[in-house]
Amino acid sequence: MNAIPAIAVRGLTKRFAGRTVVDSVDLTVQPGRICGFLGPNGSGKTTTLRMICGLLIPDAGGGEVLGLDLATKRRAIKHQIGYMTQKFGLFSDLSIAENLEFVARVYRLDNRKARVDAALERLGLASRADQLAGKLSGGWKQRLALAAAVLHEPRILLLDEPTAGVDPQARREFWDQIHGLARDGMTVLVSTHYMDEAERCHEIAYIAYGVMLARGTISQVIAASGLKALLGEGPGADRFSTEIEAREGVEMAAPFGTTLHVCGPDLAALKRAVEPWAGRVSFRESQPTLEDVFIHLMKSAPDNSVLETA
Amino acid sequence: MWERIGAMVYKEVRQMLRDPGTIAMMFMFPIIQLLIFGVAINNDPRHLPMAVEVNDNSPVSRAIVAALGTTSYFDVTEVAGIYGAGERLLAEGKVQFVLTIPADFSRALVRGQRPQLLLSADATDPASTGPAVAAVNQAVNSALAQQLVGPLAQRQTGAAPVDLVLHRAYNPEGITSHNTVPGLLAIILSMTMVALTAQSVTREHELGTMENLLATPLRPIEVMVGKIVPYFGIGVVQVLVILAAAAFIFRVPFEGSLALLLGVTLLFTLVCLALGFTMSTLVSSQVQAMQASMFYLMPSILLSGFAFPFRGMPVPIQWLAETLPPTHYIRLVRGIMLKGWDWRLALPESFVLLAMLLLFTAIAIRRYRDTVA
Repeated sequence: MNAIPAIAVRGLTKRFAGRTVVDSVDLTVQPGRICGFLGPNGSGKTTTLRMICGLLIPDAGGGEVLGLDLATKRRAIKHQIGYMTQKFGLFSDLSIAENLEFVARVYRLDNRKARVDAALERLGLASRADQLAGKLSGGWKQRLALAAAVLHEPRILLLDEPTAGVDPQARREFWDQIHGLARDGMTVLVSTHYMDEAERCHEIAYIAYGVMLARGTISQVIAASGLKALLGEGPGADRFSTEIEAREGVEMAAPFGTTLHVCGPDLAALKRAVEPWAGRVSFRESQPTLEDVFIHLMKSAPDNSVLETA
Repeated sequence: MWERIGAMVYKEVRQMLRDPGTIAMMFMFPIIQLLIFGVAINNDPRHLPMAVEVNDNSPVSRAIVAALGTTSYFDVTEVAGIYGAGERLLAEGKVQFVLTIPADFSRALVRGQRPQLLLSADATDPASTGPAVAAVNQAVNSALAQQLVGPLAQRQTGAAPVDLVLHRAYNPEGITSHNTVPGLLAIILSMTMVALTAQSVTREHELGTMENLLATPLRPIEVMVGKIVPYFGIGVVQVLVILAAAAFIFRVPFEGSLALLLGVTLLFTLVCLALGFTMSTLVSSQVQAMQASMFYLMPSILLSGFAFPFRGMPVPIQWLAETLPPTHYIRLVRGIMLKGWDWRLALPESFVLLAMLLLFTAIAIRRYRDTVA
């Protein structure tokens, strides 16, 4: 951790038409780490990623990416960053191989053919190299997009909701790849909505409505929230969620299958609140989940986002 | 069934109202067409500029000049006394007609020798010459009626006292295709170059591929040039096809230099590409890009002098038409192909195109960003 951070931005702010989409976001990611970037829809995740990779100029704030100043070295940064957009950003009417070749040429890579062939081999797409990229299924498109984003061996990889709409097995493989890349020293900043994916990150950053609300490893974030949780089990435990949630001291009560998950900031108050149901449902103390923490953070953050940012 | 159709109708209307381009299409198109066809286009053009080259300074000559001025067909813009001056004005396209009054005209008239008057018409646009010839005849006769009085009155009886010779310059047979085929060069280049380029950048934005391109080290200028080069190639092929067709199928005369024509064509193609690119930075979808290029193409076809005589349009419309690049390019092509313009004659119109190129390029560069918002 003595090397310069891969990403070190401070006070990043972006306004669109008077609305502050990203408000003074600080983010530091050390080399080789996978940082999960979480937050509700329209919270400014994409905008922050775009500012880091030079697609947007921040209205205020700045910082360094790979030690290069974000304000003046945008082009140098672009050479060392791989960016995978939320929407499939390759050319549907080019073949798989043509897409990769295009990327290789844009970055002026040497041994173009060898690199493209190697990437196709790794992807397991060598036999389908001439197929149009647009004809691939969602999971394959995402793999191809990742292969294209890392073809030039960037030092930082930015992924914007890379696994949306991808089946569990493909997601698992995708994350294995991400960890493999991180082992080789690549720094990864990945935005996601999935809690299980957040748990696969080294650390997480939670942004809501443009404001960074939590930062750290998962256990740090959970501990910092100060949330306490109870797990209720018993006949029909899941049916009382609405009534329990209305009680004082309960922040949320959510059914999970036949069990009930209740949390709030104070354990004693929580226990008092579920007392009336104690006869039928047995409550025991449990760990708050990352999801609890995020919903808790979201509720306490003011929602100033009505429009999804483009 | 009717309710379901009603639901569709409601949806369509709501969507239509949210799309300014479609609204503009619906209301502006009829209005523009009404203006163009109702006001601008005139197949019986009046007030055509005419030069009179007077090599015989006499009362009769002056009466003819005066009589020509009173017809609504001509505006006598130049009265030249130097031999050959009229021909130059015609070549430059400053006038549409030149009436040459030969030396010793009045003496021959008095002697009853039926002197000739030479009317040279710029027949690169044959449509606007027809009715004008009759008007010259009439003007000359009325001038002579005034002048041939007293003992000369007898000249008015019998055979016409003057022999009016019509010379259809540059297109002696008045073949329409000699006028339209060179003009087609401008229209076809405008259609493909402007429309294709206008859609190219918008397409990347619409498909979401632009974000990816911009995240790479590609510079805006590199994206721009890279996008334009293939369209430029298409333009080159189009030009060659049209020129080949002009030469071998339509037998359009080619008086000037091919190199000069290719030079101004290159310039015009660049103007089209720059304009298309500028359009693409101003619109937000491919549909809008299509609509924008339609708005450009319609006046280009109708007002540029391609389809209808330029001088037949009211003056304000002519000014408007001067802002269209094809107007200038059509003059250049007709000038070079039919009139044999050399580079000196081609210079003024070329300068206009060059200025347009610089303007559009400046706007395109200013508008184009290497960021997504």
